This record gives sequence, C-alpha cells and structure tokens, in this order.
Amino acid sequence: MASKVIHAYYDDDDVLMHAVKKVKDAKHHIEEVYCPFPVHGLDKAMGLAPTRIAITSFIYGCVGLAVAIVMMNYIMIQDWPQDIGGKPSFSYLENMPAFVPIMFELTVFFAAHLMVITFYLRSRLWPFKKAENPDVRTTDDHFVMELAIHDNEKELKNLLMDTGAVEINVSEK
Amino acid sequence: MYTFSSRLRMASFIMMIVGLLGIGIGFMSAPSTVEEAKAMVASHDGGHGDAHAEEVGLAEANAHGEHAEAHDAAHDEHVLHQLQNKPWSALYVAAFFFFMIALGVLAFYAIQRASQAGWSPLLFRVMEGITAYLVPGGIIIFVILVLSVLHMNHLFVWMDADVVAHDKLLMGKSGYLNPTFFLIRAAIFLGGWILYREYSRKLSLKQDASDDNSNFKLNFRISAAFLVFYLISESIMSWDWIMSVDPHWFSTLFGWYVFASMIVSGITVIAMVTIYLKSKDYLPDVNDSHIHDLAKFMFGFSVFWTYLWFSQFMLIWYSNIPEEVTYYVTRIEDFKLPFFGMVVMNFVLPLLLLMNSDYKRINWFVILTGIIILAGHYMDIFNMIMPSTVGDQWSIGIPEIGAILFFAGLFIFWVFRALTKAPLQPKRNPFIEESRHFHY
Repeated sequence: MASKVIHAYYDDDDVLMHAVKKVKDAKHHIEEVYCPFPVHGLDKAMGLAPTRIAITSFIYGCVGLAVAIVMMNYIMIQDWPQDIGGKPSFSYLENMPAFVPIMFELTVFFAAHLMVITFYLRSRLWPFKKAENPDVRTTDDHFVMELAIHDNEKELKNLLMDTGAVEINVSEK
Repeated sequence: MYTFSSRLRMASFIMMIVGLLGIGIGFMSAPSTVEEAKAMVASHDGGHGDAHAEEVGLAEANAHGEHAEAHDAAHDEHVLHQLQNKPWSALYVAAFFFFMIALGVLAFYAIQRASQAGWSPLLFRVMEGITAYLVPGGIIIFVILVLSVLHMNHLFVWMDADVVAHDKLLMGKSGYLNPTFFLIRAAIFLGGWILYREYSRKLSLKQDASDDNSNFKLNFRISAAFLVFYLISESIMSWDWIMSVDPHWFSTLFGWYVFASMIVSGITVIAMVTIYLKSKDYLPDVNDSHIHDLAKFMFGFSVFWTYLWFSQFMLIWYSNIPEEVTYYVTRIEDFKLPFFGMVVMNFVLPLLLLMNSDYKRINWFVILTGIIILAGHYMDIFNMIMPSTVGDQWSIGIPEIGAILFFAGLFIFWVFRALTKAPLQPKRNPFIEESRHFHY
C-alpha cells in the first residue's frame, strides 16, 4: 500500500475527462476519481470494467418467480385445495391466471430489492458509514483525481499541472 | 438515392404470383354444396376419426328421428359456411396483417414527430416508405369489406339481414352494426389515415428544399392532431373490422390490444427494413444505437402487448360470465396450439432474446427476433378472426400461406418502390445532426 497519494483538483468535467485520458496514456494508475455528479463516459475513459448488476438482477428475478410459484403451489394446490368460488384448484396450471399478478409482483420485488441491496454491499454503503471523500469540495463543484506516489512525485506533479489541475496536494494515506 | 435491387423486385413478383395461385386454389377448392363439405370433412378426419365417430354415435342414440335429422342438416350447413369462409378469412387476415404494419408505423412516425424525438429523424424516410403501403393495402381491405357487404362471403354474420331478424342481440346493435354505416366509417378512417400520411410526407419533402422551418412546425402540429384522430379511429376500427366478426362478444380494451399488436409489428418492420438498407450501405449514418433503440421498442411493446392480452384473458377467465367466456372457450378448445403458441412467440421469446443490452445491437439477432415477432402477430390476427369465421375447420394450408405470400410480395414491392422516390436521409430536419450523432 502506497503511503503517499497525490490529489489533483479540477473545476470542470471536460478538463477532468481530458486529464484522465492523458494520465492513462502516460501509463499511470488512477486510484480514484471523486466527482460531485456522474460524468458521462468517465468509466470508459478510466477503463473500468462494466457493471454486472443487471445480471444479478435477472437472477434475483428468477428466484422471485420461483418463490411465487412454489409458495402458491403449496398453499393453494397441495396443502388445502378447497373450492373458492369455483376456481379450479386441481393443478397449478389450471388456476395459473389467478396467480400471475403475484408471480409478476414477486419477480419485480426480488429483482429490484435484492439488486439494490447488492449495490449497497458492493459499494459499501450503510447508514453510519464514515464519508470517504478527501475534500468536502468534491461534493459541490470540484473534481479530484487520486494517484499513488511511487518515488515519482515530481514527474506526477508536472504531468498533472499540464492537464489543467487547479490545485495539487500531496498527503499521507 | 435508393435503387430498387432487381433481385428483390423479382422476389416480390414471384411471391405475388405464387401467392395469387395459392389464393386462387383456396377459392377453387372451397365447397359449394353441403355434400362436398361433408366429403371434405370426412377425408380430413381419417386419422383421428374414432373419437369423433363415437361421439356422433352417442348423439344419434340419444336423439330421436326427425329432430336428429333436422339438427344434422343444420350442422352440415354450418360446416359448409365455415369451409366457404376459409379462403376469405385467409385473405382477410393476411390483408389486415400487412395493412396493420403500415398503420402501426404511421402511428409510430406521428409519435416521433409529435414528441420531437432526437434519435429518429434519420429513419423518417424509412417510415414514410413503409406507410406508403397504406394506399394499396387500405384499398384492398375496403374492397374486401364491400364484398362482404354484398354477401360474397359470410365473414360478418351481422351483415345477413335474415340472421339479424332472428337475433335480438344483433337487432339491438343494428343501429351501429349496419352495412351502410360500417362502410362510411371505414371510408372515413382510411381517408383520414391516408390523408395524414400523404400530407406529412409532402411537408417532409418540402422541408428539405425550404430555407426555414415552417414545414417542420406544421408537420409537428398535424402529427399531434393526427394522434388524437388515430386514437379514436383505431379503436373504432378494431371493433368494426375485427371484433364484429364475433358480434355477440365485446371487450372494452380490445382497441388497445389491437393497437399493441399493430405498433410492435410496425416497429419490428422499421428495424428490419433499416437493417436491410444499412447492410446495402444506403444508410451510412445509422449506427448500432439506432438499432438498439428500435430493439428496445420491440421489447417494450412486446411486453405491453402481453400485458393487454393477459388483462383481457384473465378478467374474462376469472369472472367466467357465460356470454363473454365463450370467446376463449372456442379458442382454447379448437385453437390450443396457435392460441398459446402465440404467447410464447410474442412474449417469452422476445423477452428472453432482447433482454440483453448487447444482443439488441447485433443486427442478425434483431432480424431473427423480428421474424419471430411478426409470425407471432400474424398468429394473433389469425386467432382473432378464424375462430368466429371458420371455427374448428381451421388449418394453415395453401390459402393461408398463399395470402401471406401475396401480401408480403405486394408490401415489399410497394414499400421499396416508395423508398426509391426520395433521398433516404432528410437534409434539413432541425434534429438531423442530433440523430446522426445519436449514441446510446
């Protein structure tokens, strides 16, 4: 773990995008970029892997569908198949249209909620979590690029100044 | 400018000729007497005749003398009418299916104009090309409707004065369901749709040559007005042309249901024609994001169609009121495979095939799904018309496939001919730059 990091401040998302591309071209690893709002295309410029959260959501939806089917098959068909208003409770398929609204809602419920929880877990968000941003200005109008220093402080500083940084800080981490 | 490839033109002519032959064979082989109809049913029943024969035997044993004979005669005449309806229904289903595609595209086009969408102006000429089919398709439908009014066929039972005279329900509806008013409504609707199409196309071409945006603004206004007219006329059209083949039955969301079928088929055809033209290098500025958007619409409207299909089915199944539920009883008894197969083709397959974002950008994948969706929505129209006109005598044979081929050939010929008439890319649409750089 690098003990020293360099923080380059930017005040414009276009400048930031160009800076990210330049730093990537110079083959430096960007530890993190802090932004006050989503910058379109930043993940591509940084070379981040695409998210797989949609795939997890699909799987959760399948689980929800299965839960709905198993639950209603057990309750309505297996456990107590009584005649309610002439509905055919002889097999699941015969009474299926009546179950579809529940099947649909549970699919959506599982897909949505479990995906959100997955998002919280993967991005480590919870109610009493300590905020991680290095500078309060990154939530308002400044962008910060964080790079680790490996005995190349001067070279990095020059490179970042060239990219249009408005402020450069070196700090212990 | 697009030039109609001679191979495609040839293919469309061959389809039309083969289709005409099929339609002709269908009309030639329809029975004209009760005896012929009986012989046809007997020859078809060969394989699974046992159960049927037993049933008939029971019926004969239970019934007594004259009554049974009278009943049999009525039954035979019923079967004769069903068999005589077969080539007409085949023609009508295919004619309506291809007309519906053009009308769905027209609605989508008007929505794109009225919503000032930034991604779609590149595709306006493709849509205008497809809606050109409204004129020949609409005329053919109107001719079929006039022939029905002239008693050339028995597609619409309420057109038969004898039937209405003995049917209290139909008498009650005769203020609305009478041949004159029916044809007047059809003429107004067709006239309105074609008028908007031609006028909007004219403004669209004028906009290219003008030096201000007045044509564009006028087009925006008439498109918004057209959508109001379309919403009303489409709903009434679906009661007239489709629901009234079953005049004892009614459903309140039927217009929306037909609309969903229409718009999803229309968007599918836009995507397919666009991919075809792009593969021939006629649409250089259309990129994968445009295809992605169209595929998203195909996906979304497939689900929307399913929502309406299921809402109609489930409400009627759940309450099980006899006068409504017969509609589904006949379909599930006599049309089990087409009825449920269509749900697989129109919902399950598009849902799974088009869910992945990457797949929506693969052109051959969109074409494949498009073919499934179009076949599924043909079956949807088939399931709306056939059970009431031919009942359990349905099949997908020479008349049905012939009619599909004929109208597919005519559709391809007319659409691609219209595409040659103007440059495929609008020149000075205010949104054209945004559309060219559209990226998702």
